[in-house]
Amino acid sequence: MRSEIDRVGLKIGMWLFLYSEIILFGGLFVLYAAYFHKHPASFAVGGKELNRVIGALNTVVLLLSSFTVAASITAIQKGSRKLTIGFLIFSIFCGFIFLVNKYFEWGAKIHHGIYPNSETLVNGEPGLNIFFGLYYVITGLHGLHIIIGMVLLSISLALVLAGKIDGSRFSMLDNSGLYWHLVDLIWIFVFPLFYLVL
Amino acid sequence: MTSTPSFYHQSAPPGLTGIKAWLLTHDHKRLGLMYLGAVLFWFTIAMVLGLLLRTELMSQGRTIMGPGLYNSFFTLHGVIMVFLFAIPAIPAIFGNFFLPIQLGTDDVFFPRLNLFSWYLFMIGGLLAIVSLFVGDGFPDTGWTFYVPFSIQNSKNVGLTVTAAFILGMSSMLTGLNFVTTFHRMRDKRMGLMQIPLFTWSLYSTAWVQILATPVIGITFILVVLERLLSIGLFDPDKGGDPLLYQHLFWMYSHPAVYIMILPGMGVISEIIPVFSRKSIFGYKAIVWSSMAIAIAGSLVWAHHMYTSGMSDVSVFVFSLLTFLVAVPSAVKVFSWIATMYKGSIEMTPPFLLALMFIYLFSVGGLTGLVLGAAGTDIHVHDTHFVVAHFHFVMFGGTGFAFFAALHYWWPKMFGVMYTFRAAYWGAVLAAIGFMFHYVPMLILGLQGMPRRYYDYLPQYETGNFLAGFGAYIMVFGIIIMFVNLLMSFRKGVPAPADPWGGTTLEWKVPSPPPVHNFIDKPQIMDFPYDFKGVGEQSQKNGR
Repeated sequence: MRSEIDRVGLKIGMWLFLYSEIILFGGLFVLYAAYFHKHPASFAVGGKELNRVIGALNTVVLLLSSFTVAASITAIQKGSRKLTIGFLIFSIFCGFIFLVNKYFEWGAKIHHGIYPNSETLVNGEPGLNIFFGLYYVITGLHGLHIIIGMVLLSISLALVLAGKIDGSRFSMLDNSGLYWHLVDLIWIFVFPLFYLVL
Repeated sequence: MTSTPSFYHQSAPPGLTGIKAWLLTHDHKRLGLMYLGAVLFWFTIAMVLGLLLRTELMSQGRTIMGPGLYNSFFTLHGVIMVFLFAIPAIPAIFGNFFLPIQLGTDDVFFPRLNLFSWYLFMIGGLLAIVSLFVGDGFPDTGWTFYVPFSIQNSKNVGLTVTAAFILGMSSMLTGLNFVTTFHRMRDKRMGLMQIPLFTWSLYSTAWVQILATPVIGITFILVVLERLLSIGLFDPDKGGDPLLYQHLFWMYSHPAVYIMILPGMGVISEIIPVFSRKSIFGYKAIVWSSMAIAIAGSLVWAHHMYTSGMSDVSVFVFSLLTFLVAVPSAVKVFSWIATMYKGSIEMTPPFLLALMFIYLFSVGGLTGLVLGAAGTDIHVHDTHFVVAHFHFVMFGGTGFAFFAALHYWWPKMFGVMYTFRAAYWGAVLAAIGFMFHYVPMLILGLQGMPRRYYDYLPQYETGNFLAGFGAYIMVFGIIIMFVNLLMSFRKGVPAPADPWGGTTLEWKVPSPPPVHNFIDKPQIMDFPYDFKGVGEQSQKNGR
C-alpha cells in the first residue's frame, strides 16, 4: 500500500482527463472549421447578431474567477483558511453570474425565434442555421461544463469548511481549480469564434 | 510461500465479505475477473447472434428470420463485439490483472476510479439490453450509426448510442489509469527498457484510448442532439454535411481498431519468447512499433471513406499513410518469427494459439493492404471482402490473442491447470472453422457480394453455405475451449507459481497472487526476457 499521497500522480491523471475534455470540444471545433469554410458570409452575419457586450462581460467574469480560484489555492498553501473560503465563494458566484448572463442571452435569441429547428432558422439561410446550431451546441456543452466546475468547486469548498482540505493536502482543490481553468480556456476560444467573427 | 492467503481470501479494502468484497473492491485482480465474467457473457451472446446471421444466409431467401430482425441482429452483433468485447477484452481483463504485477506494484494508481470504470461498463451494457426491449427495438443502422439513417430512423438509436458513449467513458478512464500507473507506480528500479512488452502495448493503447475516445463521445452526443432537436448539423437541407459525421466517426473508430489489436500483439510478444525459451528478438523495435502504430494509426481514418466523396489528394494521402501503418505491424510479425528461429520450442495451448494469431493476423493485414489501396478498394468496398478482412484482424487477431491470453494466464489467475488435449482440439477446430468461415467470404466479396445484405443472387449460394458450415465448426471449437477451461475448476489440479517458465514478474508470485501481489520486494531483472535461469529452475520443479 502506498503510505503517502503521490500529488504528482494525481495531477498527471487530472491533466490526462483535461486532454480528453479538450478533444471533446475539439470535435466541435473541427465542425466549426469545416462549416466556417463552407459558409463564411453567413457566419459573419450570425456573429453580428450575438450580443458582444454580454459576451465580453462573461469573458471578464470567467477570467476574474480563474484568478480567484488560483488565489484560493495559494491561500490554502499559505494556511489562510478564511481567505480560501472567500475566494472560492466568489469564484462560484462568478460561475453563477456567467450562467445568468447566458440565460438572458439564450432567452433573447429564443424569443426572436432563433433556436434549433425553429421556423426562422429552417426557412432561412442554411449557413445561419449551422452557425446558430453550433452556437447552441458549443455554448450549451460549455455551460454544462461550467455547472460541473461549480459543483467541483462547491465540493472543495465543503471540504475546506469541514477541515478535510488544508495546507498539506489540497489535491482536490488543486484539481478542481485546474478544471475551472480548462472551462475558462475553452471559453477564450468560443468567445472570438462566435462573437468576434469578422 | 504457501502461507500467504491469495486475493480470493483477502479483500481490498480489508474487512469486506461475501458479495461486497467483489462489488466494492479496489483490487485490480478482482476487477479484472469481474470484467472477465461480463465480457464472456457478451461474447457468448454476440457469437450466438453471429451464428444465427450466418445460418440465415446459408440458403437464399428467408431461412430463419425476417429482414428487419436480420438488420437489428447484425447491428447488435457489431455493437457488442466492438464495444463490449474487442475493445475492453484484453486491456480491461488481463491489463487490469497483470499490468500492476508486471510493473512490480500492488495496484493501479486510481483504484476507486478503476471500480467506477467497471460500473460504467456494466451500466453501458445494461442500457444496451434495455434498448432491446423498449420503444421500437434495437437499431438496424449497423454499428457505424451513419447519418442520415441513424437520425431519421424510428428505432432506439438514441439509447444505444448513449450506451456506447458510456462504454467509451469507461474505456477512456481505464486508459487514464494505466498511463498514470505506468509512470508513477512502476518499481523505481525498473527502467523504461526493462518493462515487459505486454505492459508497453497497454501503454500505447491507453494513449489511443485517451486521445481518440472523446471524439466518438462528441459524435454520439451530436447524434442524440440531432434526434432530439433536429439541429441539422449533418443535414444538407439545413446547410450541414453528412460526410463530416463519417469523418468524426472514423477519427475515433479507426484508432479504436488499434485499441483492439495492440494489446493482442502485446500478449503474443509475451507468449512467443516464453515457449521458444529465447529472448524476444528486437525488444526495442517492438516497443517503438507499438508507439508508431498508435501514432500513425490515428492519421488514417479516411481510408474508410474512399467512395464517400473526397478529393483525389486526400485519397492519395490517406492511402499512403495506411500503407505506412503496415510497416510497424510487419516489424512485430518478423520479430516474433525471428524469436522462434533456433529457439527451443515447447508446444503448449497458448503457444499454438499464438501461432494461429500470427497466421490469421497476417492474412488480415495483407487483405487490409488491398483495401488500403484506393484503386482496389473501389472494387471491393462494402463487400464481403471487407467483412472477411476485418474479421481476420479482429477475430483472428484480437479474438485468438484473447484465447491465447486466457490459456496463458489461466493458471495464474485461478491457480488451476487445465487439460492440454482438449485445449488443442478446441483451438484446432476453431482455426479450421475460422478458415472455412472467412475464406469463402473473401471470394464472395471479390465476386461482388455486398455486405449487410439480407438476400443474394443464386451464384453466391455455395460460398454462403460453406461460410455458415465453417461458422458451426468454429463455434464448436470455441465451446470445447471454454468448457475445458471451466472443467479445470472441477479437476482442481493446482498450478505452480511458474508453470511455463516465464520470466516476467507475474510468474514470480504465487498462483493465484496474494492481495498485495508481492510477498517480498520483487527482483527486477536487467532484461525482462532473460531465460538463463529458467532451465535450472524448471529442473528444480521436476519438469
